[in-house]
Amino acid sequence: MKVMVLIPAFNEEHTISSVISEIRKHIPEALVCVVNDGSTDRTREVLDGIAGIRALHLPYNMGIGGAVWTGFHFFLNSGCDALVRLDGDGQHPPAQAGLLLEALAGGETDLVIGSRFLKKEGFQSSLTRRGGIKLLDVLTKLILRQKITDNTSGFRAYSRRAVAHLAEDYPFDYPEPIEVYLLARAGMGIREVPTRMVSRREGVSSIGLFRSYYYLVKVLLTIFVNFIYGRKHESLSD
Amino acid sequence: MEGNMNPYPISAIQIVSVVFSLFLLGVIFSLIRRKKLSEEYAILWVIISALFLGLSVFRGLIDAISSLLGIKYQPASLFLILFGCLFLLGFHFSLVISDLKKKLNAMAKTVTILQERLEEKERTA
Repeated sequence: MKVMVLIPAFNEEHTISSVISEIRKHIPEALVCVVNDGSTDRTREVLDGIAGIRALHLPYNMGIGGAVWTGFHFFLNSGCDALVRLDGDGQHPPAQAGLLLEALAGGETDLVIGSRFLKKEGFQSSLTRRGGIKLLDVLTKLILRQKITDNTSGFRAYSRRAVAHLAEDYPFDYPEPIEVYLLARAGMGIREVPTRMVSRREGVSSIGLFRSYYYLVKVLLTIFVNFIYGRKHESLSD
Repeated sequence: MEGNMNPYPISAIQIVSVVFSLFLLGVIFSLIRRKKLSEEYAILWVIISALFLGLSVFRGLIDAISSLLGIKYQPASLFLILFGCLFLLGFHFSLVISDLKKKLNAMAKTVTILQERLEEKERTA
């Protein structure tokens, strides 16, 4: 199984190189692709100084969804079979990427989510956020009849067919929870594995307090719209 | 016309609105001719200007619309029509912007991937 690791990066000059060297240590055979999402700091220069990686520099800040989407298209041309996505700020330890890939290896599963909450270990996020995440999880359980404990986690592994499906029409703004719906509707297998996450070493979350409510409303709207229009496809996921 | 105790001094405003509607239509046609405004987006503006020209010339239209809708204060129907037109325009622009954003992102994605591939080729050559 040829593996590509995708790192969407926005202003990660201080952490990106240690994340990449961690990846080299734990999955040395993987192709590393960083999508620099219009960073305004020295991320670009730092990436230029690292040999052996593929760095894509978007001409403007497209947002996390746009960066991941660009990486998806790059992956589809790369000849790799499996994709691991992890953040450039060090909160997703590459040492745990192997767990995601193992869960993917059977061929039954198309999306593996690294969950903070399956075993309550490591960094657990703030109370308000956990409330929002919980609400999403309850909804997911109601609609997809599958328990997903950490639907906003960006620590994920994808099969090639999952990427091909998502790359077609990707939910740009806040993609993580919607990915699960799109893939479940297409009849693909989704699994969670417990992972330990680290509180970000540098920088702030791309989602502030106000934005996290906006995030929630937007995701709920998208789920609502997709649920109504997609109801007839729902049986596929059973 | 001034003598029939019209409660609204429409005559003066009628001239102003006819002149303004004609001016607006003229500006739109001239912008299209000079290729500053593409026909696609000008169509809504032309329709709206023509509507206002029609309403200014045929004063009875507003009264007819008001009685049809049961609006007692005629200028309110004018505001209603105006608001409706602005709402449609705003909505239309949201659609256009969403479409443009989608196309822009698709283009940026493609350019970025191609650029990296080219640089990679030059590096390994």
